[in-house]
Amino acid sequence: MRITVGAIVTDAGNTAQTETGSWRTFRPVVDAKKCTGCGICWIFCPEPAIGEGKPAVVDYKYCKGCGICANECPFKAITMVPEGRG
Amino acid sequence: MKQILTGNEAAAIAAKLARVKVISAYPITPQTAIVEKLAEFVADGELEAEFMKVESEHSAMSACIGAAAAGARTFTATSSQGLMLMSEMLYIASGLRLPVVMANANRALSSPLNIWCDQQDSMAVRDSGWVQLYCEDNQEILDSILQAYRVAEELLLPVMVCFDGYILSHTAEPVDVPEQGEVDKFLPPYELPHPLDPERPVTMGPVGVPEYYQEIRCMLQEAVRVAEDKIAEIDRAFGRRFGRRYGLIERYRSDDAEVVLLTLGSLSGTARGLIDRYRKRGEKVGLVKLRVFRPFPFGELIDALGHAKAVAVLEKDVSLGSGGALFIDAAAAFIDVARRPLMLNFICGLGGRDVTQLDIREAIRVAGRAAETGVVRRAVRWLGLREKIVGLRPKL
Repeated sequence: MRITVGAIVTDAGNTAQTETGSWRTFRPVVDAKKCTGCGICWIFCPEPAIGEGKPAVVDYKYCKGCGICANECPFKAITMVPEGRG
Repeated sequence: MKQILTGNEAAAIAAKLARVKVISAYPITPQTAIVEKLAEFVADGELEAEFMKVESEHSAMSACIGAAAAGARTFTATSSQGLMLMSEMLYIASGLRLPVVMANANRALSSPLNIWCDQQDSMAVRDSGWVQLYCEDNQEILDSILQAYRVAEELLLPVMVCFDGYILSHTAEPVDVPEQGEVDKFLPPYELPHPLDPERPVTMGPVGVPEYYQEIRCMLQEAVRVAEDKIAEIDRAFGRRFGRRYGLIERYRSDDAEVVLLTLGSLSGTARGLIDRYRKRGEKVGLVKLRVFRPFPFGELIDALGHAKAVAVLEKDVSLGSGGALFIDAAAAFIDVARRPLMLNFICGLGGRDVTQLDIREAIRVAGRAAETGVVRRAVRWLGLREKIVGLRPKL
């Protein structure tokens, strides 16, 4: 990649190239039995990293592991599991 | 047409002649008259521009950055504390490679509070990636601002045109004001390569992670470093059209001089007259006036000073804990040159203290003695210092 003058980024939407999933130390795991598909996690996720649906689907390529979804889930259907462990 | 103008008026007229589209500034002495005049031009319909009133210099520079990012020709002016308040944004203007042009009426920094001239303000931001030009008289202020736009827009670098507060900003002298048509030919409209435009979205000022930041800084350093050639080329083009040119440096009776003064700004005018008197007596004393401080013209300076026995660097600033900023760079120029002059630094004219020809004679005397003996006893000295009230003998 050549750097432009002033380091101006000219390809719009390039954020998708930054796979922020590598930042994660805790991984949200959805319990399909408890998830009602209410979409609260989807509303609160600061990245587009969790999709609407029943059960909710986490996009681990971009999920930074912030844990907001687990905190907000009214049905305690999301658990934060340390990376590298089951 | 010749007009009697103060330095501030010359700066305002230059910005008008450059057909700036956005002006954003905050009043500060001794610069205020520039933006007052520009506000008048806009209010009277003589200049078709947006005059953005802001609550601080930080905002003024931010507004200029935004306007320049959208492709508008922008202007601001400041001094002293105002420049300090801008300093965060100065680095952003250069980092984004936006061709903002600013006039800085040089004024001392607080504390103690002082509204008079020295060059500490612009020297404090010399590392910010801005091209810095220093002017000797009001004609040079007008001409330098016109040149500054060409330099800024061709190189995509911000340019600061510095001139001594009060000494130039408030002193009226004859200035040849060029015709608008001639200025238009010298300074055509420009287009930013990647302006802010909803049709073609871009990101300006992204995060520069460690893998990229160093390369981006290196690109900026190279851009400023090689700006020298372009500045000289534009100065020559200006000379062809308007009959006046200034060079990166100016040599005044220095080619065969044994003692050479190196100066910035209006001090050069004071020194010039004195040089003539030394020359009349047959003494080989000369002057080199540095006009472009950033990029620092190392090559030209080595060429102009290399033959001298001693160089006396006179300047109105001090890098506290070291020496004068000009001295440090001038001395560094000779680090790998075999034949080099003895270098002496004279800090003078701080906070509006007059630098008289008597003071400059003292500098020439000390430098002359160094040239004779081949010894520099103290590299950094203060000129015109009232030692008794200092309470300690300043040594460096």
